[in-house]
Amino acid sequence: MSNQPIGETPGFGPDLVEVFGPSQRDGGPELVQLLTPEGERVHHPDFDRDFSADEVRGFYRDMVLTRRIDTESTALQRHGELGIWAQLLGQEAAQIGAGRALRPQDYVFPTYREHGVAWCRGVDPLKLLGLFRGVDHGSWDPAEHNFGLYTIVIGAQTLHATGYAMGMQRDGVVGTGDPDRDAAVVAHFGDGASSQGDVNEAFIFAASYNAPVVFFCQNNQWAISEPIERQSRIPLYQRALGFGFPGVRVDGNDVLATYTVMQAALQRARDGQGPTFVEAYTYRMGAHTTTDDPTRYRLSDDVEHWKLKDPIARVEVYLKRHGLADADFFAAITAEADALGVRLREGCKAMPDPQPMDMFEHVYAEETDELAAQRAGYAAYLASFEGAHS
Amino acid sequence: MSTTLATQRITLAKGLNMGLRKAMEDDPKVLLMGEDVGKLGGVFRITDGLQKDFGEDRVVDSPLAESGIVGTAVGMALRGYRPVVEIQFDGFVYPAYDQIVCQVAKMSYRSKGRSPMPMVIRIPFGGGIGAVEHHSESPEAQFAHTPGLKVVACSNPVDGYWMIQQAIASDDPVIFLEPKRQYHADKADLDTSVQPAPLFTSRVVRQGSDVTVLAYGPTVKTALKAAEAAAGEGRSLEVIDLRTLSPLDMAPVLESVRRTGRVVVTHEAHVNLGMGAELAARITEHCFYALEAPVLRVGGFDTPYPASRIEEDFLPDLDRVLDAVDRSMGF
Repeated sequence: MSNQPIGETPGFGPDLVEVFGPSQRDGGPELVQLLTPEGERVHHPDFDRDFSADEVRGFYRDMVLTRRIDTESTALQRHGELGIWAQLLGQEAAQIGAGRALRPQDYVFPTYREHGVAWCRGVDPLKLLGLFRGVDHGSWDPAEHNFGLYTIVIGAQTLHATGYAMGMQRDGVVGTGDPDRDAAVVAHFGDGASSQGDVNEAFIFAASYNAPVVFFCQNNQWAISEPIERQSRIPLYQRALGFGFPGVRVDGNDVLATYTVMQAALQRARDGQGPTFVEAYTYRMGAHTTTDDPTRYRLSDDVEHWKLKDPIARVEVYLKRHGLADADFFAAITAEADALGVRLREGCKAMPDPQPMDMFEHVYAEETDELAAQRAGYAAYLASFEGAHS
Repeated sequence: MSTTLATQRITLAKGLNMGLRKAMEDDPKVLLMGEDVGKLGGVFRITDGLQKDFGEDRVVDSPLAESGIVGTAVGMALRGYRPVVEIQFDGFVYPAYDQIVCQVAKMSYRSKGRSPMPMVIRIPFGGGIGAVEHHSESPEAQFAHTPGLKVVACSNPVDGYWMIQQAIASDDPVIFLEPKRQYHADKADLDTSVQPAPLFTSRVVRQGSDVTVLAYGPTVKTALKAAEAAAGEGRSLEVIDLRTLSPLDMAPVLESVRRTGRVVVTHEAHVNLGMGAELAARITEHCFYALEAPVLRVGGFDTPYPASRIEEDFLPDLDRVLDAVDRSMGF
């Protein structure tokens, strides 16, 4: 008889293994994979396509540059230039695969960690830093990139995504058959957010209205210190069935598989066939944010295990093994990453602080008299100091 | 036979219904969402007949999830729509509280004005209908306390007709409070040819010289009855229907207080940290030397809303308002 304390995570016992396959921690047998950690190209009966050398090289470049954005930003935080940074180390394939599967007319609702997707949407990475440096709450124009502002409250944006998709339905841009017109939405969230009411309500609304939204969950297995077993006792993608739409688990460290699955899910949505839940099975190699200390709650063995599944290394092996990229290619990418790093460092440090009076801007579309009076009062107060600037 | 007269005699429910209809006719981007708003026409019938005339895509029966309703409305607003959301009862707004306070209220600010939230969240509020728990509350201060939201309360059929249209036309999110006890109570003459006052303005609804009584939503009727009774005793009460709670329109209030020197604020919400507290503070800041007595508050007690058999003791009524008037005059 078990004397396990109440509430302690039992892990996946034999009963769950029986039902769902041998190893949740390895992603399980349902995992869609097209490129193994060893860089071997494999095939899948439902999700497969051919990739040109150009496409694979493009993914490689995107992932390397995204990782550089991440490592530079982490360093900038260590140097005191950023207040905090949400790391994506290890999730490059999930984000580039999802980001590159989009069409221009599709729309993305990110969390605060979608730096790779932002890259794919043409958002200047410097603009991502503003939020983490504390100079703004988000500075890119969502309409220019069809990429919403980062949302800090986990899961809240999944409802916005669903509502936006419902708006698309009303605008007649779903299921027309015109590839330049039909559009879909991607709602990003993580394994932790899957416990949020908003995410579950988003599933219900999307299913009820057959909204053209793809729920893309990067299951990086850690919600700060809480393991996935605390959020769910079944593989997350299987929850979709209970809401009435398909769920797919893809190797989130495999950019080819993530791209292929996301392309299929997005097309399904654009065609008017409704929502899909895509669980990108990955691993948060870094900390939750730069304030976190994962050594307090997880084994370094786990991290070492996942290093062998690195999303970039397997593509590099694949490109080299098949002679699809030469030394000049890799050198050029490294140089581009170095230049991006320099630009981020210099651009971050040169970023102007907002002015105190900026805090009064855009509270309302039509400012109230009482706020205008507060603004004027504070301006007068500041001006009352000797040597104050106007 | 029908006439071409612009004037109709309507209830508050009818005024709101007509206002919603007019807003939907005027702007194809306006759509309604909520629980039971379609075929049923809402539990109070405020959206009666609108789904039949505007279709299911514009009058949307939603799953029973308030955060989902408001959260998807955020997405629709981002897509360019002007959603009008119905929260079925005041006490059911809390599941949507996070979306309202963290998302709806902050979207314009976060986006540097690029993503305004032209959304109206309609909330039937207030008590006196003999309902069970959670159906009689007055949560206005919680929203008026939140920067980024605007909060208004209508008190009569004519304002209902105009204010709902003005709120829908506003590019800012508006919490629109409707005194549910009044929905089907009194009728008033609506003349659609008369231009309405701007939305975010208060209005003197009865002139007087002894004490200023500030009210909004359901307590406007209470205040007017109190003024009528006080007149019989030779006391002259000035009654102001605040109409807008955030922003507050202090000009007519301050003008009145400078004349009367005495103020009673009445609302159904709990007095502790309620609208009356903010009004008292502002009146003190601006009219300190004009005051003959402290600003007095008559509201719900600082208890949860009680069982309905004793709710009339909880709610401010004519006598409690007059009692406060007496105390004010006694200073």
